[in-house]
Amino acid sequence: MKKTYGIEVDCAACAQKMEDAANKVNGVAQATVSFMTQKIKVEFAEGADPAAVMPDVVKACKRVESDCEIVLE
Amino acid sequence: MNKKQQKNLIRILLATAMTVALILIGHFLPVPKMVMNFLFLAPYFIVGFDVLKKAAIGIVHGQIFDENFLMTVATVGAIILGENAESVAVMLFYQVGELFQSVAVGKSRKNIAALMDIRPDTATVEKDGALETVDPDEVPVGSIIVVKPGEKIPLDGVIVEGNASLNTAALTGESMPREVSAGDDVISGCVNITGMLRIRTTKEFEESTVSKILELVENSSMKKARTEQFITRFARYYTPIVCLCALALAVVPPIILAILGHDPMIKAWVIRALTFLVISCPCALVISIPLSFFGGIGGAGSKGILIKGSTYLEVLAKAGTMVFDKTGTLTRGVFEVTEEAPAPGFGSGELLYYAAHAEQYSNHPISRSIREAYGKEPARENVSDVEEVGGHGVRAVVDGKAVLVGNRKLMAEDGIDCIAPEAPGTEIHVAVDHVYAGYLLVADRVKEEAKDAILRLRAQGVARTVILTGDNAKTAEVAAKETGVDEVKSNLLPEDKVREVERLLDEKPANTSLAFVGDGVNDAPVLSRADIGIAMGALGSDAAIEVADIVLMDDDPRKIALAMKIARKTLAIAKENIVFALGVKILFLALGALGLIGMWWAIFADVGVMILAVLNAMRTVFASPSDSGS
Repeated sequence: MKKTYGIEVDCAACAQKMEDAANKVNGVAQATVSFMTQKIKVEFAEGADPAAVMPDVVKACKRVESDCEIVLE
Repeated sequence: MNKKQQKNLIRILLATAMTVALILIGHFLPVPKMVMNFLFLAPYFIVGFDVLKKAAIGIVHGQIFDENFLMTVATVGAIILGENAESVAVMLFYQVGELFQSVAVGKSRKNIAALMDIRPDTATVEKDGALETVDPDEVPVGSIIVVKPGEKIPLDGVIVEGNASLNTAALTGESMPREVSAGDDVISGCVNITGMLRIRTTKEFEESTVSKILELVENSSMKKARTEQFITRFARYYTPIVCLCALALAVVPPIILAILGHDPMIKAWVIRALTFLVISCPCALVISIPLSFFGGIGGAGSKGILIKGSTYLEVLAKAGTMVFDKTGTLTRGVFEVTEEAPAPGFGSGELLYYAAHAEQYSNHPISRSIREAYGKEPARENVSDVEEVGGHGVRAVVDGKAVLVGNRKLMAEDGIDCIAPEAPGTEIHVAVDHVYAGYLLVADRVKEEAKDAILRLRAQGVARTVILTGDNAKTAEVAAKETGVDEVKSNLLPEDKVREVERLLDEKPANTSLAFVGDGVNDAPVLSRADIGIAMGALGSDAAIEVADIVLMDDDPRKIALAMKIARKTLAIAKENIVFALGVKILFLALGALGLIGMWWAIFADVGVMILAVLNAMRTVFASPSDSGS
């Protein structure tokens, strides 16, 4: 299952950091951040519930880049 | 500017005003330096508090060694040394640079995104005679939608009523409008220029062309080129290394000087180290490289060339072997009458007249091509006793004469001898009242642009061009000759094509890539086997969009050379930016380490390089003039 969310982030390096952080979250099979389109595409692991995983992704991203935003719906 | 940027601008202006005021006060009034330094802390915190905060959070979360950290160490270091005015200035310039970067990048992003702005916002649905405006997502298949002049067609469908010119430029880059009328299929994303259309939808929004293209474009920046990956990885190692160098610069020389019995000049070396840190910010690189690739992909998109990721730009740029499918790629994929050869005693035009009348009820592509060549609607009343002879042709009575139209076997049945044509194509022989009347040749025409397309590819450095086709040898060789393609392999089954491509892959020179160009029909295995798969004429063909790496939205093969040009230019600009940004950085790092430049210069160098690199990156969008060819 794949989902794409809008993000707000200021610099390409920060986007890369978010990508690395999101990829370490449990339930995320693969996450890709596009700085240019300001989007994060998350492929969830088998059986993972996006609604449960995404708050962790947001938290992980905020840890590495304090003023980033992920728009969940 | 968004809210955040406006807030930052206000902070910068406020801090600048305070700093100028303080410098003037310090100049004209005898205020002690200690007091001045204390006062300078006010603008410092106004302009820099978020940097300090981010650096602190970063350290807490184990994310040291980023830009914020560099700036914090440099400015706090300057304050400890009592250089508060310098510290404020550095922070100010840094923030001006950040603001510029954020505004410029945001703007470029929007500009590029606007090139691909094909998303329809609403759909007008006809329900029980009343019109209702809804989200395109909510329109079920089979609904009747109304599209007024000036509106985008929101969903794929069939026209049930109305005529219009459609602007397909956003999808194909083609500026010539397309005329459509009732019964025609239309694709979402086109703009209706002239008339009102009523359309019965055939796909949901999710499945419509516009959604597929948007998804492709949005995902394109996720398949990152190696150059792009290199930069993000580079930044990860670069910052810690620079920090260690700065530390060494602050500690090692004074120790050596002290050992040698000289004055260690600790303060001077620490200032040099801090200057070094300021110069070292990698933002110019980190921002401009992805922007270059994004610009290249966006620019190509506006020309009807969809590239699925920046990595394909790199592969395409070094294409040395180009393999083509024939039908629909180099030829039009539409049958046409190419020759009319009447036998003695029959006039030109007579053959077409008889053939078109005899074949008027047939729906076979060849029959249609004959009727098209005839140009008029065949009269029904003149024709009777039409009998289709399965797979061979038609018998009919036209104007009271017994007419035979079909292949040689049909003629042989009636004992009629035929002339064998020399040119390639499908032969349609005609006999009138048991007398041989001549033949028509029906063939697929080579696209007018095909020859030019091959020439342009050569100019772009494609050394070897090959046609692989399932067609017969004669037809294939004529197509190769007309287009100027070097080699041709005919009578191939789909699995033979894969084998041929594998052989060509083995033979290609090192450091070049092999591209396969097909029309997306039956080409899937070859498209994926080649280094890069290019699908042509993809408007409306889902299969092609899914399997290829590069999708040409219209049928023009010249776009391949244009795509290569854009790819080359994008890579060149990305490399320019890497060399330029790193070169200037290294020069200034050296000057800074030697103490030849101060912090002011350092910050100018940093912001200036970044601005130039961003401007340079934006050139990728305008990689070529607006016409599809040159």
